[in-house]
Amino acid sequence: MGKIEDLEVFNGEGYQLSRLDKVIAAARANSVWPLPFATSCCGIEYMGSMGSNYDVARFGMERMSFSPRQADLLIVAGTISKKLAPILKQVYEQMSEPKWVLSVGACASSGGIFDTYSVLQGIDRVIPVDVYVPGCPPRPEQIIDGIMKIHELVKHEGMRNRYSDEYKAKLDKYNIEVNGK
Amino acid sequence: MASKLTNEAVIERIKGQFGSDILSAETPYDFLTIEVLTSKQHEIIEWLKKDEMLSISFLTNLGGVHYPEQAGREFAVVYHLQSMVNNFRLRLKIYVSKENPEVDSIVDLYVGANWMERETYDFFGITFKGHPNLVRILNEDSMDYFPMRKEYHLEDATREDKDDRFFGR
Amino acid sequence: MSTWEEEKIHDDATMESSLDTIDGSIATLNLGPTHPATHGIFQNILKVDGEKILSSEQTVGYIHRAFEKLAERRPYNQITTITDRLNYCSSPINNMGWHMTVEKLIGAEIPKRAQYMRVIIMELARISDHLVCNAVIGVDTGALTGFTYLFQQREKIYDLFEEVCGARLTTNMGRIGGFERDFSPAFNEKLKAFLRDFPAVFNEFDALLSRNRIFMDRTRGAGPISAERALEYSFVGPNLRAAGVDYDVRVMEPYSSYEDFDFEVPVGTTGDTYDRFQVRQEEIRQSLRIIEQALAKMPEGSYKADLPEFYLPPKEEVYNNMEALIYHFKIVMGETPIPAGEVYHSVEGGNGELGFYLISDGGRSPYRLQFRRPCFIYYQAYPEMITGSSISDAVLTLSSMNVIAGELDA
Repeated sequence: MGKIEDLEVFNGEGYQLSRLDKVIAAARANSVWPLPFATSCCGIEYMGSMGSNYDVARFGMERMSFSPRQADLLIVAGTISKKLAPILKQVYEQMSEPKWVLSVGACASSGGIFDTYSVLQGIDRVIPVDVYVPGCPPRPEQIIDGIMKIHELVKHEGMRNRYSDEYKAKLDKYNIEVNGK
Repeated sequence: MASKLTNEAVIERIKGQFGSDILSAETPYDFLTIEVLTSKQHEIIEWLKKDEMLSISFLTNLGGVHYPEQAGREFAVVYHLQSMVNNFRLRLKIYVSKENPEVDSIVDLYVGANWMERETYDFFGITFKGHPNLVRILNEDSMDYFPMRKEYHLEDATREDKDDRFFGR
Repeated sequence: MSTWEEEKIHDDATMESSLDTIDGSIATLNLGPTHPATHGIFQNILKVDGEKILSSEQTVGYIHRAFEKLAERRPYNQITTITDRLNYCSSPINNMGWHMTVEKLIGAEIPKRAQYMRVIIMELARISDHLVCNAVIGVDTGALTGFTYLFQQREKIYDLFEEVCGARLTTNMGRIGGFERDFSPAFNEKLKAFLRDFPAVFNEFDALLSRNRIFMDRTRGAGPISAERALEYSFVGPNLRAAGVDYDVRVMEPYSSYEDFDFEVPVGTTGDTYDRFQVRQEEIRQSLRIIEQALAKMPEGSYKADLPEFYLPPKEEVYNNMEALIYHFKIVMGETPIPAGEVYHSVEGGNGELGFYLISDGGRSPYRLQFRRPCFIYYQAYPEMITGSSISDAVLTLSSMNVIAGELDA
């Protein structure tokens, strides 16, 4: 979780020397602020993971942000219908870089058991997703496993990733503008 | 808790008031079900609400059914009413045709019928005359068909990622 | 009495004059689909004058998953998984309600032991649902501690569900005819431990909020509704009982041996948030009473009815007995001899009367299945309940009505 490999710190008299990207990666990974976009049953399991038995607070994630500007991680838990898809895209666009998306549950990942006329068959039709957590609903341990994989991604983020061309190409596929350009 | 009214007493009283407007009365699974003339439905429901002996004054449910084979009676609107005072339940059915699926709204009698009628319109296309705001409620506004009708598929016809052969359709 | 209560507008006739504000500016506020505190997805567009709400316009259907159309595709024993997802905080009640509907259609008699087992599971689910609602009312007033305490107790209920059926939340519990297996000794131990330990934690939560000055000032008078208006809106469940009408399906039309148990139905007076909170608190206590009675009086007998055509036979018989093999094949493929007919059955769910209107044409799947969903029907009253109150009261009213998005949109 919090341990950054090969983070070497040289201590001196009144100063410390280290690699900037490793320090920033440690800071980001240990305090990811999620935006719980909880729609249905997976939302209740996510609320269960906020409780004291499974406790996401030990990852520094107990501060839920409902404002997209202040959130790092968009946790989409539950079924997304076609009526809600534009709103989901708008929330994703409003988040500031760097941002990650965790798709919790079968409905968010692929439409789940609801192969119907009104359900969006997976949120990766409208926004890019980083980690998928399968389950209907997934146990809180599985959700935390997904969160830890997000932490792995955050730790290896680097400083220039969001300005790269391949990131812009990825977002162009969804017709989304890159923030802060 | 036993009901204070019996099915026989109720149907006798209703027939005594409305006679031939009651087209049929059955008791499937001991639940009184009457079919009434579509034009008299509002009047009957209002009388049921105000009648002293019956006081059937609570609307439990309102829904539609589509029977594509019955010519002239394709759509049914089913009202489930109950009397909390007498602990009695009643099911009232009316039928309309596909060409003119219009029914009187009962929003003036029961405020709770507002969304139930909108849902029935959204799913079947049955219009309710006198409804204050008859627009779609659960589906997208841009949808141009009525999904619960039997001729439409469950799945979205435009999806291209799932091969129907593997999904047993 | 605060000035808000004195200025509450309930009459439509005065609505026009109330739109004249002091400096003529009415703001439009979008209490949008993404809510804080995870209540669900529904949108309210409010017209506010400062903090006072003048009118509200609702949009629902953001999580419409087409359950009723889906049910026309599936055989009867596969519909249980859809009913799970209606009121997902108390899914065993939905499952049992569906099984009872089909049993009514086929005319099956369920043994007493299975009925008592169903009562225990349904009351546990009701406790679980009310715990979520009350914890969330606490969170919306700012008391986050109660949330953590109650959710830890809900984990114990989840443990009990896992013992019976293997799943925590969307349980798909039971079968048409009873249960898959009897309650294991581990379940009985855990249930006794729960009944022993839960009341103390619950009383702590109660002591935190029930007579707390701040909580009472926040919730008293927030979103009231009178009994007459509630009946016109077809309210049911704790919201109706908080308004003063003691309608409970378990008492009026007892199902699954509820008439054998001695319990009270709590009733409020004004129908505001405080009354709804207290009604749910008391219902949790009454549910504990019912579970204790059911556990003490549990009769011997079978956990399932003798319905070979609807209830899957045990695996040993399937591998050794030709008849059982054929029954197994027919049930799994959905070729069960369901009679044609129409039936309406309702159970007392976490939010009130959850009804199943089933029309069968004798085929493999229902011809029409309509869910009478209490949330969908009583959420219509929300604009009337919040007109004239402040935005914070509106948020509290919403969380105290326990609107579950799955049941709202189906």
